[in-house]
Amino acid sequence: MPRDKSANSEAYLRMYRQMVRIRAFENNANQLYLNAKMPGLTHMYTGQEAVAVGICEALTDEDRITSTHRGHGHCLAKGAELRLMFCELLGKEEGYCRGKGGSMHIADQAHGNLGANAIVGGSAGIATGAALSAKRLGRNYVTVCFFGDGATAQGLWYEVMNMAALWKLPVIYACENNGYSEYTPTDEVVAGSLTARAEAFGIEAHQVDGQDVLAVNKCATELAERCRRGEGPFFIELETYRYHGHHVGDINRDYYRSKEEEARWKADRDPIDNFGKWLQSEGVAAKEELAMIDSEIGDEAAAAVKYALAAPYPDAVEVDMHVFKGVEHALPYMSGERQ
Amino acid sequence: MTRGITLSQAVNEAIAEEMRRDETVILIGEDVAEAGTPFKVLSGLVEEFGTDRVIDTPIAEPGFMGIAVGAAMTGLRPIVDLMFGDFLYLVMDQLCNQAAKTHYMSGGKLSVPLVLRTNLGATRRSAAQHSQSLHALVAHIPGLKVAMPSSAYEAKGLLKAAIRDDNPVVIFEDKLMYQDKAPVPEEEYLLPLGEAAILREGSEVTLIGTSSMRQVCERAAEILDGDGIGAEVIDPRTLVPLDEGTILGSVRKTSRAIVVDEGHQNFGITAEIAARISEKAFYHLDAPVIRMGAMDVPVPFSPALEDLTVPTPEGVAANARALVRGVPVHAP
Ligand SMILES: Cc1ncc(C[n+]2csc(CCOP(=O)(O)OP(=O)(O)O)c2C)c(N)n1
Ligand SMILES: [Mg+2]
Repeated sequence: MPRDKSANSEAYLRMYRQMVRIRAFENNANQLYLNAKMPGLTHMYTGQEAVAVGICEALTDEDRITSTHRGHGHCLAKGAELRLMFCELLGKEEGYCRGKGGSMHIADQAHGNLGANAIVGGSAGIATGAALSAKRLGRNYVTVCFFGDGATAQGLWYEVMNMAALWKLPVIYACENNGYSEYTPTDEVVAGSLTARAEAFGIEAHQVDGQDVLAVNKCATELAERCRRGEGPFFIELETYRYHGHHVGDINRDYYRSKEEEARWKADRDPIDNFGKWLQSEGVAAKEELAMIDSEIGDEAAAAVKYALAAPYPDAVEVDMHVFKGVEHALPYMSGERQ
Repeated sequence: MTRGITLSQAVNEAIAEEMRRDETVILIGEDVAEAGTPFKVLSGLVEEFGTDRVIDTPIAEPGFMGIAVGAAMTGLRPIVDLMFGDFLYLVMDQLCNQAAKTHYMSGGKLSVPLVLRTNLGATRRSAAQHSQSLHALVAHIPGLKVAMPSSAYEAKGLLKAAIRDDNPVVIFEDKLMYQDKAPVPEEEYLLPLGEAAILREGSEVTLIGTSSMRQVCERAAEILDGDGIGAEVIDPRTLVPLDEGTILGSVRKTSRAIVVDEGHQNFGITAEIAARISEKAFYHLDAPVIRMGAMDVPVPFSPALEDLTVPTPEGVAANARALVRGVPVHAP
């Protein structure tokens, strides 16, 4: 069913809420890292919220996504809840992946998230394969493949774009161009133009302001509907910016980008601030209402963190479970013990 | 009732039967449709199942491997055709980082029911990039099952079981055996993954041979028979899972073992099986466990050199004789 969500204020407020929820999640995740309460590192999505929310609001629960190492935003936008995400982040049993995935593999599978991938560009095949299933099984879902500008240097993407175009698969390749891959500016690693690369395969390519949630949502809604009509695949390049370093530990980053640049993006192009102002100017919500949403979600996130911190770790017996489907414990199984 | 069919026909039958039984089974790879692959193993399948289910791809191994992983996660059961085992290196990320780990990383919520069919085996005069036996690479990766059919009978039964398995399974066929005939039942049958076969009983030495090395072991056993030495021959059939019980039971009886496999000997399958025997049946052993893998050199082209790199029945028999007679295989 085509749904024009952007036509009503409920949808606007939902998008606002989802962006605020992502930001609250990330602020808490960062704090957990700084307080040494989180195992490992994590890559913050802060600043890019309009991309995940604008796209996922154009999708249904049936639609699929593949995500990246910077995947908390995609996961939340596709319908995950804060508590189980914090549980996963902290390696707790109740987490979406029972603590076996962590930040870089976090996914709420029940909402169509096929996983966050820690291999840069590694999910392009999976997304395209999900689209092949849709076509082959006569299902009407669309698959969105999220990836960064850095991932466009990987050969896999070109191989699968070629096949997606040949076979007219319902997949949207969504490149979040946040200007950097790790500590390297994009223009040092991208020759020519990204849209031209997709166009070389005969794939229709779009460029969208990734800080404008409505522009993103409009583009994604149109392309998703066209995918459902068999007009896919498509490519979208979304211009965006990450506020934090490459990961939470990337604090001193003057050598690759300036504080002024960061300040400019935050002051002028913050996706939540700007959308909040627009909601007020359009009379969708008053300032106080938005402040109320902010504080409600802040409380919700704080409670979720508290819950996750207190939640139990997986039992040691879980360590060799879920290696093989249908096999309770992999170690005796691999030595030939009959199941 | 059985009839003699080739390994190639056995594979073809297994796929056709499973595709008839289950609509979600698809074939994907290079030249799998009208051409039926360079080995003609898949001939006739596109005529029956159409190009929607027998899908020719561009020459893009990582690409179609990745697509198969995503398709497997979303309701299809792809059989991926990788033309030569040597091309495994190209698909390693999609196979080992994606397919093998998806079930685990998702806490058991996603699964990847796919089969990767490929081949192994030297002495086809194909030189170093078309002759490798790389099963040890994938057997090393938790989350992948690995099957090594040693005849048409195993090829059919194991492949059917692999297609029905809900996990990624890699099957290595010996490309020199595609035309070898063996008795295969006319009725449907499956061979469970993880059950070794004792092909010949003997009491003095156990010869464990994978894939075509099973035939090498069987011929060695015949030679040894002439010397009055009773050799037991075991085909593990699958490496993951590995039927340790059958192997260890045999070695506890014979107290001697030789492991023969066409992968490189260093850090290979022979080493792994020998180590398990040494760890778990040490006090039953009368002699060191001997590994016989492919020589640790790239596979040479010249027949004069290539033939030196793979285990032979004579070589296996000579080592077995030495073990039984208490002569050190390696100078002490
Ligand atoms: C195949 C691979 N190479 C390198 C890395 C290390 N790495 C992790 S994230 C990253 C940068 C990715 O940049 P981009 O795709 O633009 O995503 P962003 O981090 O900007 O979201 C690199 C190089 C990796 N995880 N995988
Ligand atoms: Mg980037």
